[in-house]
Amino acid sequence: MHSMKEVVFKIKENKLIAKDVYRLVLLGDSKDITRPGTFVSLKIDNYYLRRPISVCDVNNNQLTLIYKVMGKGTNALTKMKQKINVLTNLGNGYDLKEAGKVNLLVGGGVGVPPLYYLAKALLKKKKKVIVVLGFNKKEEIFYVNEFKRLGVKVYVTTVDGSVGLKGFVTDAIKQIKFDQLFTCGPMPMLKAIHALKIKHAQYSLEERMGCGFGVCLGCTIQTKLGPSRVCTDGPVYKEEEIIW
Amino acid sequence: MVNTKVKLCGITLTNPIIAASGTFGYGVEFANLYDINCLGSFSFKGTTKEKRDGNPASRIAEGKNGILNSVGLQNPGIDRVIKQVIPVMKKIFHKPIMANVSGFSVEEYVECVKKLNRCPEIGWIEINVSCPNVHGGGMAFGTDPNMIAKVTRAVKKVSKKPIIIKLSPNVTDIVKMAKACEKAGADAISLINTIVGMRIDLKKRAPVLKNKFGGYSGDAIFPIALRMVYQVAHAVKIPVIGMGGISTAEDVIEMMLAGATAVEIGSANLVDPYVCPKIIKDLPKVMKQYKINSLDKIIGGCQ
Repeated sequence: MHSMKEVVFKIKENKLIAKDVYRLVLLGDSKDITRPGTFVSLKIDNYYLRRPISVCDVNNNQLTLIYKVMGKGTNALTKMKQKINVLTNLGNGYDLKEAGKVNLLVGGGVGVPPLYYLAKALLKKKKKVIVVLGFNKKEEIFYVNEFKRLGVKVYVTTVDGSVGLKGFVTDAIKQIKFDQLFTCGPMPMLKAIHALKIKHAQYSLEERMGCGFGVCLGCTIQTKLGPSRVCTDGPVYKEEEIIW
Repeated sequence: MVNTKVKLCGITLTNPIIAASGTFGYGVEFANLYDINCLGSFSFKGTTKEKRDGNPASRIAEGKNGILNSVGLQNPGIDRVIKQVIPVMKKIFHKPIMANVSGFSVEEYVECVKKLNRCPEIGWIEINVSCPNVHGGGMAFGTDPNMIAKVTRAVKKVSKKPIIIKLSPNVTDIVKMAKACEKAGADAISLINTIVGMRIDLKKRAPVLKNKFGGYSGDAIFPIALRMVYQVAHAVKIPVIGMGGISTAEDVIEMMLAGATAVEIGSANLVDPYVCPKIIKDLPKVMKQYKINSLDKIIGGCQ
């Protein structure tokens, strides 16, 4: 059982890094956060519900999150500069025990961030990592250089062809040989990956959440294992668990 | 020393704070955060005769100072709750637990109550006749005084535990509903359940909730809940449990002044998982501030 924790973080940085995409760097107790693919939930001033955001990186007591402005709540988050109340260590992350010799990490848009911490964790375990990052267009691209600095091969795809391979992440995936696929991104992308009939794949899903820690049953989805809370039973599911 | 004890249907609560059904699961997640024995009690997730998967996603939307949900009574069914979940709850909570039961027919309510009779861990049974998120059950019973009386009579006839009827605010005359429950033999009334509402996604021009409508709760509904508790408490002689938007010790006292014997804390648990212990810690301080020695002396004390 991984228990959540309420932490008030100091905001070190809350900066625009791509179109509508911000990097939020927080200082405070992050030692419980050890599993890639997990998330935290942020209390935004004047908004009732917390916003769940995946962990992009954690280093000593510095927590890095990347979020996209989707509406009024996340827009208000861009204005926060001092302190922020966060529930940390939420959800089950990617299953690293399933990692193969060659691991393909596929991120679409704002699904890219959790793969950064995952890539670091896999490299630490001496596993080979290849990354595919898909975006719509040039202005939306972020973190390509950060991944490259980890020393991994990075493929970039854009729908309009402004950078990298023109097309979708699936166009890149088809060209790569790998043992295990880890992904996070919008549902149409996940479905397109599923359509490639990859045997060993882990998908991070997204759903509207109430509490984020398993009590309200607001984010329940139906899976092959029965009803499942994306916040606590997920957000990462294996290929064979998802009803597509 | 101030006295926070209250008595609810013959059972003493160390304080009037009860975590509300649907916001506390079966207590397990919260027991990982704090010792839930600090609570007066908690009302477990609404349980039905058969297992229910609930409504399709999206089930959650936000309002100003509140949350809309259309969960739809997802639960493993009464048999599994009794066999598998109550033993777990018993380990983490050592006071009488409030069972919360919902149904789609009078017979279903009766069957659940009969089964719960055999559970010594259960102190009270809260009958949910007010779930806005299921069709042909739940709220359908709670918006018709004849139906509410029928359910109340039927469960009272078989129950060995005090019966609390949880009322819906989605009615034109809440007092009429409360009186119907009292007349049919209810031991207590709890109110309010959520208020039916909706949100529309501007980009998609479609409801945010897949179920279109959901139950609105949270800080925003406190004045409505307070008004209804006040009206009901003045109209019936049985105890009233007040709930709806409570998030502070001051709110608790306000609700008790309106006539509540105890209170339930709901949505606040979802956004601040430590809200119940915070309220319990604050209560004595706030009581002193308002010169209250004994909480049970202020019930219905609003002039």
